[in-house]
Order: sequence, then structure tokens, then C-alpha cells
Amino acid sequence: MSAGSELIPSRHDEHGRRRKYLGTAFAIVAGLATVVGVIALIVLIVDVAIDGLPRVTLEFLNSFASRFPERAGVKAALAGSVWILGLTTVISFPISIGAAIYLEEYAAGNWVTRVIQTNIANLAGVPSIVYGILGLALFVRALQLDRTILSGALTLSLVVMPVIIIGAQEAIRAVPSTIREAAFGLGATRWQVVRHQVLPMAMPGILTGTILALSRAVGETAPLIMVGAVGFIAFTPEGPMDQFTVLPLQIYSWISRPQEEFRELAAAGIIVLLLLLLTMNATAILVRNRYQSRG
Amino acid sequence: MTFRGSFMCTAIIVTLALAACGGEAGDAGASNSSALSGRVEIDGSSTVFPVAEAVAEEFQVANPGARVTVGFSGSGGGFKRFCAGEIDIANASRPIKGSEAEACAAAGVEFTELSVAWDGLSVITNPANEFASCLTTGELRRIWEPNSAVTTWRDVRSEWPAEEIRLYGPGTDSGTFDYFTEVINGESGASRPDFQASEDDNILVQGVAGDRFALGYFGYAYYAENASRLKLLSVDSGNGCVAPADDTIEDGSYAPLSRPLFVYVKHAALARPEVRGYVDFMLEHALELVPSTGYHALSAEQYAEGGRLIAAAGAR
Repeated sequence: MSAGSELIPSRHDEHGRRRKYLGTAFAIVAGLATVVGVIALIVLIVDVAIDGLPRVTLEFLNSFASRFPERAGVKAALAGSVWILGLTTVISFPISIGAAIYLEEYAAGNWVTRVIQTNIANLAGVPSIVYGILGLALFVRALQLDRTILSGALTLSLVVMPVIIIGAQEAIRAVPSTIREAAFGLGATRWQVVRHQVLPMAMPGILTGTILALSRAVGETAPLIMVGAVGFIAFTPEGPMDQFTVLPLQIYSWISRPQEEFRELAAAGIIVLLLLLLTMNATAILVRNRYQSRG
Repeated sequence: MTFRGSFMCTAIIVTLALAACGGEAGDAGASNSSALSGRVEIDGSSTVFPVAEAVAEEFQVANPGARVTVGFSGSGGGFKRFCAGEIDIANASRPIKGSEAEACAAAGVEFTELSVAWDGLSVITNPANEFASCLTTGELRRIWEPNSAVTTWRDVRSEWPAEEIRLYGPGTDSGTFDYFTEVINGESGASRPDFQASEDDNILVQGVAGDRFALGYFGYAYYAENASRLKLLSVDSGNGCVAPADDTIEDGSYAPLSRPLFVYVKHAALARPEVRGYVDFMLEHALELVPSTGYHALSAEQYAEGGRLIAAAGAR
């Protein structure tokens, strides 16, 4: 922005008006950017709901896949997704939080830490299919875990851990250092500071990062195909060593069929996937609010 | 102790989620004592998948204790797993390649090849295309061969308009692509590269339906479901123009674009009653199950012949 070069009395008014316009224009642009996202979401949901909502019934949730669209359901896929998600959470959450606490509270600021830090940032950007190939070689073949829920959950844990670690580190870093200093000043050990001061304060942020990462995981298809999620399965898993399928794969399988009815089923499957996501997010927000109200 | 309380809360939620899921699993374990139980693992072509799904669905109803899983890694991906000994049955939309058979032999995997259904590859244009109704296999080859000189419809036949011909076909990983290039261009995988490729045939349907001067090829089932939006071309392989239809695909007169769909069965797996039971079930019921999937059944005699092959392999 160029300020007027002539020294005339109205210069400041002129300048102020331009600044004001510019500010308004920016607010409009930013508002439009938000609206684009919201509109895209609404169009997606309405489009999917028109096709799929009539198909989302209790029977749909409680039936296995079928070649007859009216008999087909998502039971196996939904159970598979919940299993994968649960195991992925149980595996990735403690490890990621541990890594984040170590890096932020314990690690010395030397080159080793910086190398690890850079690596984690890079890993967060690696395409998930690459983790799928790693999972196939490491978990399925080398560790002989076979094409099971456990292999799938371990692979997805690799996908989400860098994202959770980075989010948790940000949250821990946001805890004011004065609080740590005050606690140390009162004679608390590092463990006590982390346990009673830092973690409770950072927990809402950590949970937000975790929710985002797990929301990504629940939509993943590529790495799970690599480690052996199947297309048709007419039983629900009884343990982590069972075979499985997941919702995105079931949706993909339906959408590529020639018959129109299967595309409606795919839409119904998408609604179930969205509901699963919403349930996850709602649970996490509830948990987060508990921390915040106590903090 | 606020932290501990909240942690407990999280732990309880996770436990509940898993428990809810375990509860759902409970009713799947009920099994009939006279029926078969155990695992049957199948993988391979996504084209054959609907057939395998139909058979697996009915087999599972008859044998609630059995656990059949069907994947869709593609014909090539299926053979890779099959020859590594990981699965019992491989689905394929093309015969096994020499290199794949060698891999099987090296791993000591013996198998029997069964045909389970016919599929007719359809050559399709937009309904607004009024000039083209039949193409010879020679013309198809000139259009699709590597380094093809055809860029407009006039390059195919001089009386056709000089409009750009826009091509749609399955991606290079699909058995459909392998089969089409093999019978039309004479070499599996040899194709001009400048066409719209998609692994999802519905995308090809959309493409051809929305493009006036398009030409595409894909499975007959996808044409049959979208007949109002597409125009089916006849193919002349030297004996006049033949359009794919139920009868011309089944009696083989729609040549060379009717292709058999295959199932490969590992001999070692036939010793397990659930696998043997599954294969027998497939051959017994294929006649009524295959048409419901959009493909064409073989004759009863051909399925009986398959049954004899399996009996012979299983007796060894």
C-alpha cells in the first residue's frame, strides 16, 4: 500500500478510509473462504442424504454384505471399523503422548533431538499407502501377524502417531513456563510437575490433535487394503487376530458396482461412517470439556 | 486427583467401545454341527468379485460356521498371494500368465483352473453418435494399438466426421485391460497410452455418456445397467457384425470379446472339507447364482466338467 506522497491536510483521512476499506474487504474474503467450506460440506451431506438416508435402517446396520442390495448391510464393516479404531487408539495414544512429553519436558536440545523432531515432522507428511507397504512387510510378513485386525491397527497407528505427537507437543508447549517454575519452586519433582500441572493443562489440546488424527484414520482405505482388509466377509471379528473389513472399503466396493442400488447403499454407508465420526468427536469433546471445567 | 478421574473416564469409554463390539461378534459364532466350519480365503480380480460374493453369501447361509473372506486385489495381486500360498482360491479375469505359473511351481503350489462365468467386453459410444454402429477388430486395433495414428473418427473410416475421437478404457492394472489388449492388439498390455483410464467402470460410463465423440470399452454388465445413456457397438471379427447379448456371449459368437472368468483352486487346500465344500457348492449353484451378478453362466455340462476336475484333484 502506497501512502500519498503529497503533504495535503486530508492525507490522514484518506489513508484511514483506505485502511478501513481494506479491512472490510479482507473480512469479506475471509468470510467467503469459510462459506466455501461450509457450502461444500452441506452439498456433500445433502447429496449423500438424498441417496442414502432411506437405506439407513437398523436392518442395514445389522446385516452382512449381500449381492441383493435390499438385503445388504454394513455389520461386518462397522464392527471392523470400530475394532480398528479402538485398537489404533489404545496403541497410538500412550506411545504418542509419551514421545511428546519426552521431547518437550525431558530431551536435551541437542542435534539428536532435532533429528528426531525433523523426522517426526516428515513422517506426518508421508502418504498413508507407504505405511501400508511397511505394514505388509513388517507386521504381516516379518512378524507373521497375518492379515488381521492387529496388523491393520498397528499400521494405522504408524499413520496417526506423528500427527498426534506433533499436536501433543504444541499443546504441552502452550503450557506457560511460569507454572512449571512455580511448581519446581515449591519443591515438586519433574514427574510431579508433568503429572499434576503440565498434562492436565495440555490435555484439551492433546485430545483435539488425537481426534483429528483418528478421524483421518477412520477414513483410510489404502494402507488397510495393503495389510489385507477384505471385500466380502460375513462374520464380525471376535478378537484382534481375526480378519476384517472396514467401512471405507465396503463403500468403495459398492460404489464400483454397475447397479444403481449399490450406489445408494454406498451413500448409506457414507452416512454410517459420518455418524461414527460424529460419535467419536462428540465423545472426545465431552472428555475435553471435563478437563477444561476442572482445569 | 482430577487427572486420574479423567483418565479413568477415557479408559472406560475405550473399554466400552471394544466391549460393544465384542458383543456384536458373539452371535456369529453359533454353528451348526452338521455344516462345515473353518476358513476359506479368496482374493483376486474385482471383476470376478461379485460372483465370488454371491457364492460366498449362499455358502455362508448353508454353513454358518464357515468363514469365507473375499478380497479384490486384482487378478495380478490375487495370483501373487495365491502362489505365495497365502490364499486358497484366486479369482482372475484372465488366464494365469507364464511368469505367475512359474512362481506357483517354484513355491510348490499346484492348482486347478475352473471357468465360472462369461463376461462380454462391450465397445461403447455416446447415443448421440449416429454414424458408428459396428467396428471391425481391425479398426479397433488401429484405434487402440501403440503409436496409433488415429486421432479423429475420419481416420477410422473416411466417411465419418473429422471430429476428435476421445477414448475411455480400464486402467492398466485391470484384467479387462490385459484381455482387450491381448485379443485386439495381439499383446497383453500393449495399448496407446493417451486415453482416459479408470479402474472404476462407472467413471468410464460417466465419461462416455457425457462426451459426444467418445469411444470406450468395459464389461457388459456396466452397459446393461446404463443402456439408456450409452450406445452399444457391434464387433465384426470377419463373420459379420455381432452385438454382445445374452445369447451371443453364451454361445461364443460374440468373438473375440467374450471372455471367461476364472477361479484357481489350490490342490493342497482341497484336502480341507470347507474349501472342497465351497468349490463344490460354487459349481453346483453357479447356474442360478451367476446370472444374478450381471454375468453369464456356462452350460450345466461345463460346470459338471469342472466338478470332475476338482474331484480328480481332490482324490490325489
